[in-house]
Amino acid sequence: MTHMSYKFEIENLNAWFGSKHVLNNISIKIREKAVTAVIGPSGCGKTTLIRCLNRMHEIVPNARVSGKVLFNGIDIYNEDADPVQIRRKMGMVFQKPNPFPMMSIYDNVAAGLKLNGIRDKKRLDEVVERSLKMAILWDEVKDDMDKSGASLSGGQQQRLCIARALAVEPEVMLMDEPCSALDPIATAKIETLIRMLAEDYTVVIVTHNMQQAARVSDFTAFLYLGELIEYGSTKDLFENPKNELTEKYITGQFG
Amino acid sequence: MAHYTVRKIVDRSMRILAYFALIAALIPLFSILGEVILKGASSINIDFLTQPSPTVGEAGGGVANAIQGTLITVGLASLIGVPLGLVSGIFLSEYSEAKISSPIRFFNDVLSGFPSIVVGIFSYALIVRAIGFSVTAAAFALAIIMTPIVTRTTEEAMKLVPATVREAAIALGVPLWRTIVSVVLSGAKKGIATGILLALARIAGESAPVLVTMGYWRWWFAGLNQPAANLTLNIYIFAISPFENWQALAWGSALVLVMFILGINIIVRAATREKYK
Repeated sequence: MTHMSYKFEIENLNAWFGSKHVLNNISIKIREKAVTAVIGPSGCGKTTLIRCLNRMHEIVPNARVSGKVLFNGIDIYNEDADPVQIRRKMGMVFQKPNPFPMMSIYDNVAAGLKLNGIRDKKRLDEVVERSLKMAILWDEVKDDMDKSGASLSGGQQQRLCIARALAVEPEVMLMDEPCSALDPIATAKIETLIRMLAEDYTVVIVTHNMQQAARVSDFTAFLYLGELIEYGSTKDLFENPKNELTEKYITGQFG
Repeated sequence: MAHYTVRKIVDRSMRILAYFALIAALIPLFSILGEVILKGASSINIDFLTQPSPTVGEAGGGVANAIQGTLITVGLASLIGVPLGLVSGIFLSEYSEAKISSPIRFFNDVLSGFPSIVVGIFSYALIVRAIGFSVTAAAFALAIIMTPIVTRTTEEAMKLVPATVREAAIALGVPLWRTIVSVVLSGAKKGIATGILLALARIAGESAPVLVTMGYWRWWFAGLNQPAANLTLNIYIFAISPFENWQALAWGSALVLVMFILGINIIVRAATREKYK
């Protein structure tokens, strides 16, 4: 194998909500152009972990972070780092589909560009079409671009949110349980999409569905009570877990 | 089984009671509305809507100067009250964890419950004593009444925009101010417009604070540092006059005012209905 590059190098990351310590000294390296899954029972800190990667954790009142998160080798928590610029390089997809309710399908996809001042109609048209095609939604909505984003089905809304995130041409896709509100067919579509995205993007996906982690990811991190218990290739982690806790969790003995 | 029968009887009698209460509450509304329309409609004609108030013994005349005065006063009050309330409401909604937010919210609620005559006296002490009875003094008092209403409704409307929608914008790398202006405000604009219109209707109908700040004026608008005619004052002054044509003008003024407020309420209903389409 040739030189492996890391998109994120997380060193001694700690996170708090008020006095509640939710992430405890996490150190982990996330590979470029691969899918990394973060699994663990509810409340283990997996959502907090990915929200620390694009500095979304700190927007919650009283939330705090310490430690380093190197993104392309540069610490996003250093004094000069601008959280707005950092977030533009990372797309985020949330647990519940959250299209902008007062915007059309077109405007939802174009939102990231429009809200940052880009008005060039031709460029917007291109970006919207390309992003919707990448999110495998184009064929379903191309004739209804003026309809409200909220008029779509749940699965379509989530793909719309993925298209919206892709439109700003991020380097990373952060997905926080993107399928937890979707039915199996919509879930299968999103999973196919995640595999396709991994060709060009670094994908980090939080899931409480172990089968999903096994299906879509190349690497898996198992978190428990704010601690990183085990991290490795998905195949190794699921077939030969090194830690007893991991084994118990993936075999369904607790969760 | 007997238990079920009792429950059905109680259910039915409570429902009948509720209907009676509703009708009792609606009787005053409809009798006022009916009276105002009945007595006011006959005085409404072209002269009424285009002429200024008549002097003693003069026949005809209208309330056009009072409509003009009310619109200007309410307009000026909104120029102060709407931006002030809007910005305060945005602050309270978006920075609700700031230490200062809770006292601001408390005093805003206190202010919105203030008797309007007290606000009028305040404006009297501050402005009338400096520049005299004037549109400015009245508009200042009305702006103070309007601001807490706009603040409250803006805050409420903005809080209805889901946090997940804000997060979506922030995660796209949209700066916070832009998120607030383009995403949250735009999602809340109907609720905010409703609040502003209701505040407008409220201050257009205020009489006590206008009485102590505006002074009486029978002619056309003559400048912001001068008094102006006003619909609510017209009702007060014309209604207690001994002249029959003045009394008719009072009914007419009442009708114009009620229609203005009714119109605003209908606009609000139409605007908010669309939201749930």
